[in-house]
Amino acid sequence: PSPGVKNQKNERIEKILIANRGEIACRIMRTAKRLGIQTVAVYSDADKHSLHVKSADEAVRIGPPPPRLSYLKASAIIEAANKTGAQAIHPGYGFLSESAAFAQLCEDKGLIFIGPSASAIRDMGDKSASKRIMGAAGVPLVPGYHGQEQDIELMKLEAEKIGYPVLIKPTHGGGGKGMRIVQNPSEFVDSFLGAQREAAASFGVDTILLEKYITKPRHIEVQVFGDKLGNIIYLYERDCSVQRRHQKIIEEAPAPNINNNFRNHLGQAAVAAAKAVNYHNAGTVEFIVDTLSGQFYFMEMNTRLQVEHPVTEMVVNQDLVEWQIRVSNGEPLPISQLQVPLSGHAFEARIYAENVPKGFLPATGVLHHYRPVQVSPEVRVETGVTQGDMVSMHYDPMIAKLVVWGEDRSTALIKMKDCLSKFQVAGLPTNIDFLSKLANHDAFRSGEVETHFIERYKDELFLNPSDSVLAQEAYHAAKHAASIVAACFCQSEHAAVEKDIPRGLSLWYAHPPFRMHHNARRIMEMEWDHEYNKGSKKLLKLFVTYKSDGKYAIEMEENSSPALEVDVEHLSDLDFRVEVGGVSMKVSLAVYFKDQTEYIHIWLSSCHHFFTRKMTLELFDDGDKQHKPVLESASHPPGTAVAPMAGLVVKILAKEREKVEEGQPIIVLEAMKMEHVVKAPTSGYVSGLQLTAGQQVFDGHVLFIIRDS
Amino acid sequence: MEGIISQLHSNIQRVMEGGGAEAVKRNQSRNKLLPRDRIDRLIDPGSSFLEFSQLAGHELYDEPLPSGGIITGIGAVHGKLCLFVANDPTVKGGTYYPITVKKHLRAQEIASQCKLPCIYLVDSGGAFLLKQAEVFPDKENFGRIFYNQALMSAEGIPQIALVLGSCTAGGAYIPAMADESVMVKGNGTIFLAGPPLVKAATGEEVSAEDLGGATVHCKTSGVSDYFAQDELHALAIGRNIVRNLHMAGNHNVSQHRTFDYKEPLYDIKELRSVAPADFKQSLDIRSIIARICDGSEFDEFKKLYGPTLVTGFARIYGQPVGIIGNNGILFNESALKGAHFIELCTQRNIPLVFLQNITGFMVGSKSEANGIAKSGAKMVMAVSCAKVPKITVVVGGSFGAGNYAMCGRAYNPNFMFFWPNARISVMGGAQAAGVLTQIEKANKKKAGVQWTKEEEEKFKADVVEAYEREGSAYYSTARLWDDGIIDPADTRKVVGLCLSASMNRGRENTKYGVFRM
Repeated sequence: PSPGVKNQKNERIEKILIANRGEIACRIMRTAKRLGIQTVAVYSDADKHSLHVKSADEAVRIGPPPPRLSYLKASAIIEAANKTGAQAIHPGYGFLSESAAFAQLCEDKGLIFIGPSASAIRDMGDKSASKRIMGAAGVPLVPGYHGQEQDIELMKLEAEKIGYPVLIKPTHGGGGKGMRIVQNPSEFVDSFLGAQREAAASFGVDTILLEKYITKPRHIEVQVFGDKLGNIIYLYERDCSVQRRHQKIIEEAPAPNINNNFRNHLGQAAVAAAKAVNYHNAGTVEFIVDTLSGQFYFMEMNTRLQVEHPVTEMVVNQDLVEWQIRVSNGEPLPISQLQVPLSGHAFEARIYAENVPKGFLPATGVLHHYRPVQVSPEVRVETGVTQGDMVSMHYDPMIAKLVVWGEDRSTALIKMKDCLSKFQVAGLPTNIDFLSKLANHDAFRSGEVETHFIERYKDELFLNPSDSVLAQEAYHAAKHAASIVAACFCQSEHAAVEKDIPRGLSLWYAHPPFRMHHNARRIMEMEWDHEYNKGSKKLLKLFVTYKSDGKYAIEMEENSSPALEVDVEHLSDLDFRVEVGGVSMKVSLAVYFKDQTEYIHIWLSSCHHFFTRKMTLELFDDGDKQHKPVLESASHPPGTAVAPMAGLVVKILAKEREKVEEGQPIIVLEAMKMEHVVKAPTSGYVSGLQLTAGQQVFDGHVLFIIRDS
Repeated sequence: MEGIISQLHSNIQRVMEGGGAEAVKRNQSRNKLLPRDRIDRLIDPGSSFLEFSQLAGHELYDEPLPSGGIITGIGAVHGKLCLFVANDPTVKGGTYYPITVKKHLRAQEIASQCKLPCIYLVDSGGAFLLKQAEVFPDKENFGRIFYNQALMSAEGIPQIALVLGSCTAGGAYIPAMADESVMVKGNGTIFLAGPPLVKAATGEEVSAEDLGGATVHCKTSGVSDYFAQDELHALAIGRNIVRNLHMAGNHNVSQHRTFDYKEPLYDIKELRSVAPADFKQSLDIRSIIARICDGSEFDEFKKLYGPTLVTGFARIYGQPVGIIGNNGILFNESALKGAHFIELCTQRNIPLVFLQNITGFMVGSKSEANGIAKSGAKMVMAVSCAKVPKITVVVGGSFGAGNYAMCGRAYNPNFMFFWPNARISVMGGAQAAGVLTQIEKANKKKAGVQWTKEEEEKFKADVVEAYEREGSAYYSTARLWDDGIIDPADTRKVVGLCLSASMNRGRENTKYGVFRM
């Protein structure tokens, strides 16, 4: 029986609703469009103007921003499908993609759920149930002891059976509490007893389980695909070992440093796993690979299209979303296992809005400048945002996936490094520079990936603020970049004026500007904020001289010689061709304003720097904040509030002796048909307040005094 | 000539430093910018500034007075040309010496002629009291500044004052007379009498800020209109005031497009070597014209008649001009040709550019009999009455009545500049010495005094020396007989900027007096 085949009349899908947002929604729509299938987007209020809404043929609002009220709200999504006449729902990844209940609901409502059957989702969703099923199907599991019998000698025997090193871990609880890694039998008893004590103290239960400890694990997963006719094939593996906060950031296919024999074994194990649950549609079987022993073990199966599916698509040259749709239509898989090609190598780098130095904390903000790299058949940018969009706290902070393909791993890696250096995002912190560092790391280059990669090489991947040599280098590089920023600013300013020269005054705006017997010179100040500074900003003061030949001479300090000579050609809005020191290069700038500050980013010769500038005070600020009202004149003690005009007391908002803050409303007067609020001139205690509502006061009447005590 | 240029640059270099390192440092410590930097921040970023009379006050007083203690010039703010007058507080506390007053008034005159909004960057201790007799009482003295403000304001020429420092006594009237004024908290003060004088007069003890600070004047007295937190804020407000002038509809702005032009075929820098250092050598003025006109194109008028005066039409940065240049002594024919050409240009509202290199009108019986005085008078009449913009550049000599006919300072050219090699005097030093020696000799003879050959030579040499000194471009520019010494290589640019500024006013009709026929 094939649940989900409600399409009794053998109708094909003509309209899909995508129950997701962001890049994956856009990516699914792209394939749907190519196939001539109409698309329906759903959106929360936060996404009303997002790319996925604009990309769809139709779009339906499903609720407010929080996911549980919108993207996780199954009833609203089903209703949207009914309203628009969509026959099928593609759940993407995340949200409802692995909800057996939702898959079931779709089936019940006569909608095609583009994904596996509800039962397969359910089977694989339960971690211990799935391990049981896999064990029965002969898929290798991490050796361990999960029994009730806790006798120490028996446990020790079990440990020897598993083979050291062994992980001792309480069955209850988490957070690493009570966990012990035991390297050899002599340490076992002490560690075991310690773990028991700690578990009892922390969780009240002292049952312990044993598992093989894998010292240098890799995360390798296999893409499988099944049709409703019972065919299941594997589309090779992906290595997703490089992770932070247990989330993948760089994935690749195929996995580096494994041989074909191992590859086939992995594939066959994955197919066996999928077969055990009658799987159809796209799925991923995750394995943990012990790099020391070369053993692999089943971890879990993801019953959906994965974030990193494009790397597989690139090396097998197939469109997995198309496959998903065809399989959902009841068609057989388009190719057989033997026909699956494997060509070249692909990487995916996930570009996140996140604060790398602060432990990769997700960041939010506006994408003031967003310029992904040029796409080509070998470079894909999967993105769901455009410049000006907001990365909000409601959803995943992923901005884009950069996917590159090359004939082999090194070719692909070179391309990825280049793309990362040219991927321009400004407005919020991103992990691009960190990804670049990862991609440039020697160990990564040689494919020595493992799940502890970032932790292992943290000294090289993260800045060491106490490294004064590097800090000095970074400072020099920043000054150099700031000089180029200054020159580009002057040039683009000139270009901006040139577009709109006041009538008859072109000569006044000619470049370089004229000065009698000297060159025009200006000072540009920028603040450089760098990790080496531990968050303190460094002020860069640049002296720009407009030379008579049109070049700029920039001194990084007053009268520093020799000045840096920069020749700038303004190409377009943000792009420049800059010649400095005999080398000409392409430079891009991004400038945006936020919180009274101007943010300036520059990308030049595979480096990215950014600076800030304080904006000038708001115009016509009358300075009231600095000056106490004139009403408080010398004839009254400080803190005295007098009636600004004759009027009627309407309200009294504070009591005698009450503690009030500066600016807190105390009395409301009415005069000339208008209400006037008298505020506390300073913080302190109200005194001398002897008014009643309805009382008439005169101009200059002392209303109350604020005293310190 | 190279020596002349490098001397010019070293003179300029000295005045650019203002009142010296210590004063500059003190200024900086008060969070104040130097006057040129203030102007740089007011004008549109990356745009030009045409500064006048940088060497005013050069060797004029016992102590140096760089740039006369005041910076003046024209620059664009939000696309509108404005005239700037900025006190230099590092030079004698920004006080007004006689030449300071003269430079201030000259700037106002330019503004009035070209109808340019005036922006006063006030930071001055008022009149320099030791020289009050030369600063205060006369017609063209301190009071004239406010008179000019009143008249220009009446004429619709905006008067804007930014009080960035002290503004004492008479100076207090600059912001008070302004249409709009800005004051900086802390640094800006306006009072008729400062705290010491107040104490002496009334016994009242009061701080400068409480007496005449921004808070008092923006909040209580109403002497100032905009309260600025700091200097940069004040400059930003200043820019905004100009943006809000909305003068576009008030007067005609020239319609011509100025961006389609060809650079001269000859290198402009060669003007430095073209400049005559020795006036006995004849110089073809066309070699200068060719280096300042668009595409070196010059359509000469009456080329064959009166060839010692070269007249013709050209364009400078796309702006049509009539050029009148000297190629020798003025004869009858040359003067008549000049008068004719000026009439042509006024008829067509074409600005005139005078390139002076003139030793004078032809003397002698033949000339007098031909009525050279009559012909010269015609040209002087034409020059005087012509109401088109006039720009005079003295590239060589400027002697005698030739100076008049060629639009010298007395003839109100809108702008007048000297090349560093240029000289000006009623006649040449040698000629003057000859004339004076003859008179002196006659006097001595009458008195029966014997004049030795040595005494006579010394007398002659003294006269020549005096003429030499007083005839130099530096002597002239120090006294503001011109609007500045320019590098010959900048001539095209400066004339272009001046033309553009002078076209800011509308067309004026010329009416001539009686030409003696």
